[in-house]
Amino acid sequence: MTGTRPLTAPERVRRPRVGFSGLPPWLFLVAALGALFILLPLAAVVTRVDWARFPELVTSESSLAALKLSLTTSAAATALCVVAGTPMALVLARSAFPGQQVLRALVLLPLVLPPVVGGIALLYTFGRQGLLGGTLRALGVEIAFSTTAVVLAQTFVALPFLVLSLEGALRSAGGRYEAVAATLGASPTTVLRRVTIPLVLPGLLSGAVLSFARALGEFGATLTFAGSLQGVTRTLPLEIYLQRETDPDAAVALSLVLVAVAVLVVGLAHRSSAPAVR
Amino acid sequence: MGFALEAAVHARRFDVALSMGDGETLAVLGPNGAGKSTLLALAAGLLRADTGSAELDGRSLFGPRSFLPPHRRGVCLLPQEPLLFPHLSVLDNVAFAPRSAGESRAASRASARGWLAEVEASELADKRPGELSGGQAQRVAVARALAARPSLLLLDEPLASIDAAAAPGLRRMLRRVLAERNAVIVTHDLLDALILADTVTVLEEGRVAEAGSTQSVVERPRSSFAAGLAGLNFVPGTSVPSGLVDAAGRRLEAVSENPLPAGVSAAAVFSPRSVSVFPAAPAGSPRNVLRVSVTDLEPHGEFVTVRAGHLSAEISTSAAAELDLVPGSEVWFTVKATAVTLYPL
Repeated sequence: MTGTRPLTAPERVRRPRVGFSGLPPWLFLVAALGALFILLPLAAVVTRVDWARFPELVTSESSLAALKLSLTTSAAATALCVVAGTPMALVLARSAFPGQQVLRALVLLPLVLPPVVGGIALLYTFGRQGLLGGTLRALGVEIAFSTTAVVLAQTFVALPFLVLSLEGALRSAGGRYEAVAATLGASPTTVLRRVTIPLVLPGLLSGAVLSFARALGEFGATLTFAGSLQGVTRTLPLEIYLQRETDPDAAVALSLVLVAVAVLVVGLAHRSSAPAVR
Repeated sequence: MGFALEAAVHARRFDVALSMGDGETLAVLGPNGAGKSTLLALAAGLLRADTGSAELDGRSLFGPRSFLPPHRRGVCLLPQEPLLFPHLSVLDNVAFAPRSAGESRAASRASARGWLAEVEASELADKRPGELSGGQAQRVAVARALAARPSLLLLDEPLASIDAAAAPGLRRMLRRVLAERNAVIVTHDLLDALILADTVTVLEEGRVAEAGSTQSVVERPRSSFAAGLAGLNFVPGTSVPSGLVDAAGRRLEAVSENPLPAGVSAAAVFSPRSVSVFPAAPAGSPRNVLRVSVTDLEPHGEFVTVRAGHLSAEISTSAAAELDLVPGSEVWFTVKATAVTLYPL
């Protein structure tokens, strides 16, 4: 995207600075309570940080290893989500076939499934005794309790975020530009590449950022399917959980790091989802 | 050669057959929901017909067992809104079709500049679609469509979303570029049909209500819709000696070029300007006298159009004031027999 501002009208609609809100005053009070419920625990973490030891705590060997592992696996999981989720979102948003509603519900299942259950499911699919275990072993591939397992666990829980976000963007964009592009002689692949994807890029980006955030926070499925090996499968959330037993100050310091990364990511997602082109 | 389509879409109660010669422009008129957009979608390949077929320049677009996808038809749709791709510059929008056809970036941009010049919009090349006015965007959309070198161009009310000041220039440009091209233009505006089209098809409720040369449809409308567009009063009925009787049993004296045999289906047509309005039945008048109830008054300048159901009269504002007309007033419309044209339907 360049710096030129496209249409101004939707922006006006999105940020009504003045005008009639129509909301009863008591609603603001309840909303403030809700916001407090989210912000107060975050503040509590900040107040418990031992600032003197903070640099040392977050740069310890195990912390850095966990942070690096978390960032690389989350990035890999996000890439997998984009590659696997984009076609799914397109098919769900733009085509119609019997059983589509059921498929959509199933695809979104990891969203409501306890992550531990997801981990067990993955274990019985890719694990040594799993559904594909024999096949994978024959190919000389071992997945369970490896870094690959971390990425798969994260992808499993993060994929619905990308699909949901992109499908919403695709639906609200509609198919009118695609129809025009087709009558201009563009093949379906060209239309996808030159029209559809660029038009929903903000939705795709915000979906990817949300997936990244979900992957970064993944705990249950990772622990179940990948274990907790320092530098191999012990991601930041696992490290925090472990440190809580032995060095609560380190756990708090690392929690703050994760909060900071999460705030950054949510901020990015909000920015990238804002300038949707109509 | 040219374009011919005959198709039915049961769910939309659409059943239309039409054709046009090579290099002709066909205007499709009709009220909302008459099936105009369905017609364009069928021709463009954006909708599948239940039955029927279509041919363009001797090629089959679709038939009982075949269906050419939109991008292989050479049929380009210009929707009512310009729908320029917002992520591309104006130049790259126009270069979209040549680029999709496999031309290099440089070659497609060069031909895009040519098409922008064709629609007198060269200076817009480097702008973004969001920076254009409605009229400018529509010009660019026309250039983008022409750049695809379509065998058939479909225009869906190209002037509907354009402000009145920009419309005449755009209409002139369309007249020039459509001159030697196969084009179907959907419009609400008789002026567009007169200026841009060779033939007219009027759709009503998914059927062809009438079709013919633009001139004949304007002068001798065969549907009340076309008559309304032409601004004429239209009374269908059954011919009697020297006139007709309409469905309500009212008799209209009229002159006809060729005297009609009695008992045939006919239409009487007269201009609202030839109608006079009286507060009471005029005595001993040689004119046609119709008792009506005023439904609506539309002032425009020095004149007022007095509507009474399907009929209308155009009288001076002062005359309307003198008559003290309001919706619901019972008045008498009179028109001379010599001002009424009668022809068989």
